[in-house]
Amino acid sequence: MSELTRHSAARLAEMLAAKEVTSVEVTQAHLDRIAEVDGNINAFLHVNTEEALAVAADVDKARAAGEDLPALAGVPIAIKDLIVTVGQPTTAGSKMLEGWMSPYDATVIKKIRAARMPMLGKTNLDEFAMGSSTEHSAYGPTRNPWDLGRIPGGSGGGSAAAVAAFEAPLALGTDTGGSIRQPAAVTGSVGVKPTYGGVSRYGAIAMASSLDQIGPVSRTVLDSALLHEVIGGHDPHDSTSLTDPVGSLVEAAKTGNVAGMKIGVIKELQGEGYDEGVLARFHESLDLLRDAGAEMVEVACPNFKYALGAYYLIMPSEASSNLAKYDGVRFGHRVLPAESPLTIERVMGATRAAGFGDEVKRRIILGTYALSAGYYDAYYGSAQKVRTLIQRDFDAAFAQADVLISPTSPVPAFKLGEKLNDPLAMYLNDVATIPANLAGIPGISIPGGLADGLPVGIQFLAPAREDARLYRAGHVLETLLEEKWGGPLLSQAPDLRQFSGAETTSGAK
Amino acid sequence: MSEINREAVAHLARLAHIEMTAGELDKMAGELDVIVDSIKSVQEAAGPDVPATSHPIPLANVFREDVVGETLTQEQALSGAPDSADGRFKVPAILDEE
Repeated sequence: MSELTRHSAARLAEMLAAKEVTSVEVTQAHLDRIAEVDGNINAFLHVNTEEALAVAADVDKARAAGEDLPALAGVPIAIKDLIVTVGQPTTAGSKMLEGWMSPYDATVIKKIRAARMPMLGKTNLDEFAMGSSTEHSAYGPTRNPWDLGRIPGGSGGGSAAAVAAFEAPLALGTDTGGSIRQPAAVTGSVGVKPTYGGVSRYGAIAMASSLDQIGPVSRTVLDSALLHEVIGGHDPHDSTSLTDPVGSLVEAAKTGNVAGMKIGVIKELQGEGYDEGVLARFHESLDLLRDAGAEMVEVACPNFKYALGAYYLIMPSEASSNLAKYDGVRFGHRVLPAESPLTIERVMGATRAAGFGDEVKRRIILGTYALSAGYYDAYYGSAQKVRTLIQRDFDAAFAQADVLISPTSPVPAFKLGEKLNDPLAMYLNDVATIPANLAGIPGISIPGGLADGLPVGIQFLAPAREDARLYRAGHVLETLLEEKWGGPLLSQAPDLRQFSGAETTSGAK
Repeated sequence: MSEINREAVAHLARLAHIEMTAGELDKMAGELDVIVDSIKSVQEAAGPDVPATSHPIPLANVFREDVVGETLTQEQALSGAPDSADGRFKVPAILDEE
């Protein structure tokens, strides 16, 4: 593997600026790495070789001509295939959109282009971002670089696996209930869900509009901050976009300090249902932060026990409405029923039966149920009230603490297939990440060590619009842990080249 | 228990425009029953005095000047359609008249 793929985005940007390396060399190194290992990982649904190299060559030319370039110019990035891109197919991991070419770019893609970052390709995900393992992709599961028999988390397993397998230094993800943070946790990478509205959702294929959020995926806290500053900010195309400035996130990541910082340990997000190894690493992190001068306080969030229930009513309700647009008329597939009459209603029924996978159908039906007359108040209405209670819990917690901390995922990566036939067990993976989406607050997951050889994630949460605090606290913990480990966690990951040519169809190894 | 039976799922599938086989209906009825059972505790969480939250960050209506902005061309808008004719989306029969 070329050493170039081991560097952080920040380091690559420095080397590019110092003309120690060209963007074409950096981009080609990552394309080579994808060719080398992605047959086993399946992080990419589309590799954008030609355009990526052309953008890289342009950046190199501009740099040679002495042009003033953006900070990450020439640093390549992978894009979750839920985000629409001109020139590359966008599938949302669904057969419904197989081969579909978007006629427009998402706002974040326009920003990536303006930042002159070569796009390496589109990454795998659970269909329409519905899942916690990437096994619900219509294009086969992505595999965890730490153990090819295990899941990389979901829905953004492709983006997380791509950075963890050194196929890309950066990626974009989307997080509706943990789809950036949980994959980061189980792959030993970093993922950030910004404050709701902090990054434009225009061009992110909608699952649950009041929960969805685009955010950065990387290997270091600083790299996420750099990418967050590129993609953040107001967008008139998204009516829920915040008008606040992005803030000095890179500065926060560089000058992190927890001395005197009050860190709230969420009582409800530990204990029963949490893996012993996960809790052991979590408590080590608490000790490190305490030793670094943070003041640890326990906070109670008694309504979190209703969060999962509220989420699995609100999310499917919004999804059932958002996915009504896949009707076989304006885009995507159309399937004609075998028998006449060929009315639009029957064409729609056949199209949606063939185009959607099981999990998508399950959520559409659940949402249709929750919204139906006679049940609306009991389910959707109650869930919206729980949302208020969760926000009040956070308000009370943030009155006592600057940031909150918890494990990101209750368990490390599980085996492929292990929870595929038990939807409820799959949903429980999101128990620690969902409250942030319900309340719209930002969260970060950083590597917290290994449990039985598998990565564990530590989550920080901050009040809405205080994303900078995540970078400040996250960078400190990252530094303390890396000092302890003698380097980044991912340097302990297996060398994927040993698997080249290995059997990729079997489940557990 | 058993609020969601096979007939209920069949009705919901019709509302959601998803054709389902008998096997799918049975499987989904079983799964949804378990899921709904585990999430219905939300009903006991809040009393009538708790207001509903539809959106995580309070928002005001967003307005802009009524001027023509950037739009897709007709060609772009039709580019992903499974069927089109004369610059329009071509839709199967709305009513069954044959």
